[in-house]
Amino acid sequence: MKVKVEGLGFSYNGKRVLEDLDLPVCEGEFLGVVGPNGSGKTTLLKNIGGVLEPDEGMVYLDEKEIHRIPIKEIATKVAALQQETTVGFDFTVREVVEMGRFPHLDRFERHSDGDLRAVERAIEVTDLEDFTDRYVNKLSGGEKQRVFLALALAQEPDLLLLDEPTASLDINYQIKIMETVRSLQSEGLTVIAAIHDLNLAAQYTDRVALLNNGKVEVIGKPRKVLTKENIARVFGVEVEVENSEVKGCIHVFPRTGSLNSGR
Amino acid sequence: MNRAKPKVTFFVLFVLLAFALLAGVAIGPVRIPFGKSLLILTNELPWLNFSGLPDNFQTIIFELRLPRVLTGLLVGSSLALSGTVMQGIFRNPLATPYILGVASGGSAGAATVVVLGFTSNFALPIGALIGALTAVTVVYRISWSRGSSSSYTLILAGVALSSLFSAVTTALIFIAGPYEQHRVLFWMMGGLWRSSWPLFKILLPIVTLGTGIILAWSRDLNALALGESAAAHLGVRPETVKKTLLGLATTITAVSVAAAGSIGFVGLVIPHIMRMILGPDHRILLPAAALGGGVFLIYTDVMAKTIMQPVEMPVGVITAFFGAPFFLYLLRKKIVGGRMR
Repeated sequence: MKVKVEGLGFSYNGKRVLEDLDLPVCEGEFLGVVGPNGSGKTTLLKNIGGVLEPDEGMVYLDEKEIHRIPIKEIATKVAALQQETTVGFDFTVREVVEMGRFPHLDRFERHSDGDLRAVERAIEVTDLEDFTDRYVNKLSGGEKQRVFLALALAQEPDLLLLDEPTASLDINYQIKIMETVRSLQSEGLTVIAAIHDLNLAAQYTDRVALLNNGKVEVIGKPRKVLTKENIARVFGVEVEVENSEVKGCIHVFPRTGSLNSGR
Repeated sequence: MNRAKPKVTFFVLFVLLAFALLAGVAIGPVRIPFGKSLLILTNELPWLNFSGLPDNFQTIIFELRLPRVLTGLLVGSSLALSGTVMQGIFRNPLATPYILGVASGGSAGAATVVVLGFTSNFALPIGALIGALTAVTVVYRISWSRGSSSSYTLILAGVALSSLFSAVTTALIFIAGPYEQHRVLFWMMGGLWRSSWPLFKILLPIVTLGTGIILAWSRDLNALALGESAAAHLGVRPETVKKTLLGLATTITAVSVAAAGSIGFVGLVIPHIMRMILGPDHRILLPAAALGGGVFLIYTDVMAKTIMQPVEMPVGVITAFFGAPFFLYLLRKKIVGGRMR
């Protein structure tokens, strides 16, 4: 899905979070959104997903103004994985994944074979076959996150929004989630992901948008954006950026005792 | 995961309901044999015509007991359904139908009517209804001041307004004469003794319509269990769901309170029991809770009528008497805690 954000402005209770933000996203790309805490990453994703309404500016999904698309229709095309989701009550893994079909169904419509196939596929892709009857609340953080990824995939979206999806996971689950997402991207899924870990962003994304104070400061190839100078300016941290031995990746690491006092 | 099959559960509930209806019309100060009761009830069916059924039994069943049993069914199912909705929306195991002030508002309304000296049959229900609706309207207006509301604001506003209305009721009882005091206290205990066909006929369309719409929104309630933001990404508008379902749930609760006073524990315990048996999927849970609540209230009302004959106990005493220990047992076994988070 092609996404275009134009002049986006958003405030929470009078506090400006996004200001005149422009962001073009190409069809089928994996765009990383990085930036300091409070720079507006989550708010940006929520505006793109139609969960929040912009105060100013416009979000276009496939050239269509987002507020002209009913929220239920948006949910058939855009899915999201949040940093953490809590489930009230003991729903099983299968029950939660099946909720992904909700936007495709009328109020009294039952799951069709096609719906069930989408659910099965989502469970398969996320490696949850052995978990379907377990209670989601009883799973570990990494397993839970796979369940909510499966829920998002069951929506059969064209665009997947990830909000720090791996921030609280160990390295094994981080890689599992990112690899799964990238393999789906190769099948045509467009991905926009807010990512804390700059190395992870550098490794998996096609392009990175560096956010600062509610605006896109720089956007481009990870190697061009995640430079020593940009990181020092936006995060206020002195870092070294090195070429990694892994297939053209870069490696960002802080110099100890390097906090800029001026930030 | 060990859950009962929905089909089996619903079959059992319907059998229990059929038996409850029969027990409800047969058991009372005058005992009518079950066989005779069954004949008298089925005799109403157009293609059946038994003769020689005693007239006095027919009168007792149709004029006194049947409206009471059916009112009990509506009140019990409204409370349990409403409790399930409240627990679902607030994602809180302690939510009850009365959490937004319906019960104390109803009591204050009823007390006002009594103290003002209205004595007609419908004065109490109407006063209670006005009180209940006033209470929740104020709670909503306060909480929805900026187009959206947090669950905390709603619950806290409900708690605060409940105490205010309780204080009003207490003050009214304090200044009332002994006869009025007795009437108010009697009303507050909750019971089905005021049931009548006219009352039932008012209750029926409101409860049926409210229940129908709530059931149609059960999938939205499931989505809301993932939190408001995840629900929004599934195409659900959380504020719309909350407004619609809370509005309907409080309406059917308010008419139930108007008809039968504030009967406790049905709306807290039945949703938990049903969730334990069937799991949290509201598409199954909501209708099961509605049925279960109705059945539970009919049986407890039969007990209320018979346990201290010829004196009738308030049914609220019986529901609490069975409901509270059972709930404590569930807590002790951590079933309640384990089912909700």
